[in-house]
Amino acid sequence: MTALTIEHLNKTYGNGLQALNDINLNVEQGDFFALLGPNGAGKSTTIGVITSLVTKTAGRVQVFDADLDDNTELAKSYIGLVPQEFNFNGFEQVKHILLTQAGYYGLSAKEAEPRADALLKQLGLWDKRATPSRALSGGMKRRLMIARALVHNPKLLILDEPTAGVDIELRRSMWTFLRDINRQGTTIILTTHYLEEAENLCRNIAIIDKGRIVENTDMKSLLNRLDKETFVLDLQQPLTDSNLLQDIAHHQVDSTTIEIELNRSDSLNGLFSVLSERGIHVASMKNKVNRLEELFLKLVEPSEKQ
Amino acid sequence: MMSASRHPQHWIAFKTIVTREIRRFLRIWAQTLLPPAITMTLYFIIFGNLIGTRIGDMEGFTYMQYIAPGVIMMAIINNAYANVASSFFSAKFQSHIEELIVAPVPNYLILAGYVAGGTTRGLLIGVIVSMVALFFTDLTIQHYWITFTIVLLSAVLFALGGFINAVYARSFDEISIIPTFILTPLTYLGGVFYSINLLPEFWQNVSLLNPVLYMVNAFRYGLLGISDVSVYWAFAIIVLFIATLTWYALHLLHKGTGLRN
Repeated sequence: MTALTIEHLNKTYGNGLQALNDINLNVEQGDFFALLGPNGAGKSTTIGVITSLVTKTAGRVQVFDADLDDNTELAKSYIGLVPQEFNFNGFEQVKHILLTQAGYYGLSAKEAEPRADALLKQLGLWDKRATPSRALSGGMKRRLMIARALVHNPKLLILDEPTAGVDIELRRSMWTFLRDINRQGTTIILTTHYLEEAENLCRNIAIIDKGRIVENTDMKSLLNRLDKETFVLDLQQPLTDSNLLQDIAHHQVDSTTIEIELNRSDSLNGLFSVLSERGIHVASMKNKVNRLEELFLKLVEPSEKQ
Repeated sequence: MMSASRHPQHWIAFKTIVTREIRRFLRIWAQTLLPPAITMTLYFIIFGNLIGTRIGDMEGFTYMQYIAPGVIMMAIINNAYANVASSFFSAKFQSHIEELIVAPVPNYLILAGYVAGGTTRGLLIGVIVSMVALFFTDLTIQHYWITFTIVLLSAVLFALGGFINAVYARSFDEISIIPTFILTPLTYLGGVFYSINLLPEFWQNVSLLNPVLYMVNAFRYGLLGISDVSVYWAFAIIVLFIATLTWYALHLLHKGTGLRN
């Protein structure tokens, strides 16, 4: 079953800016889907239309077969939204925010209370349940927005840059949490600036640029398209004779660091054997840039130059 | 899973909005409930007691008795208006109105929830100010049904006005412009402190264009049994205004004015 269908979606703002230009997208039920794009590409506008925060100019949006125009309430009831900016009442207590949200979705207090309590515990907010939300730290506010989006048990969770500005530890714990709820059956759509996040979490991906979808495929196929990768090697001893690497495409960063570009057909074992034969021993190795980042830049850059 | 009918969910959503509104104005009671009690006490002391004793009777009642219904009505409509205007605008300002826009809550329920919240504050203020009035004068209700319905309808009407103001407002200044420049003059010129029979004929006719005059007089009729205008006309005008403002507020919500891009 398709969790989200978008057909010929267009949005032109009052000032004439065309934010979305004939967007077509399908997200299957149970998917963990990434929507990527540079700033101002149209990600948030797309999410805004799906969640009724932005009025579309043309096109059709269906959420689990419920049309957003014809069956608005049913379509909305399937969605949970974690927006980019904090948008809860700063004076309300944390638990009241969850219970109020549950009430908007028609959950009785009897149904909402245990659900809210469980989410507060899962997301480490239980001790703060009676605290006004404005007194929470940035990371806690992010977690509160996730708890609020999940309180009515949505079938489709949409996260707009959920880990922006949170520390690495919290980001990792949020990834684990999101993987768990996806495993339990919730379809997730994620926009993020952290491409590593999309690569780690998502199975399918769409890249949007200047209001158009420039790529829509599964993550594996996309990464397979990368024909070259650059590795950064830290050497055990300084490289004194650069002639040793004359036949290998490389760039010497400093005496103990070199960057080597490898074709996908080349094996790392082969490279290490050659280096070892020439008395060059590698202490550690990493990718120069995230693999998805390389592809992302390739896909987005051509249109940037137009 | 969704049931075939959404009525139970709608009722829960409506109760949630109203409960949240009531919790809000009770949480900040020092800003919402206390000031009207103090202001109205001052009205009773200054206009009713100090000046009123020199004015003498008005339409067969002491001046204190005469102004009490108008002062109570003034507090009710001001607070019903202010509650919705400030609450809905704050929700826009802090963006938590998005919680409601994203949720499966139809527009009429959003409007009904906010108006019910404002009406509740108006009625609660009405009770508080009436209790204050009882320290200064005797109040007996002559027509229960008229008294209760006119208070309820007036609070609903001004809550609707506050909602429309908040939809258009882009800053906190803009939610005080209407009360300052329109609501307050209409209230003071709406027969709260005098009978329009005291005015020259021209100004009597001008006063008849003021909707607040009908609310104040119909309420005075409910309490004292006297009115400068027909009570039937008063009900008809208020109901007409409520219908018009309800239609307009729903139209604004449907268009997403001030709410959606």
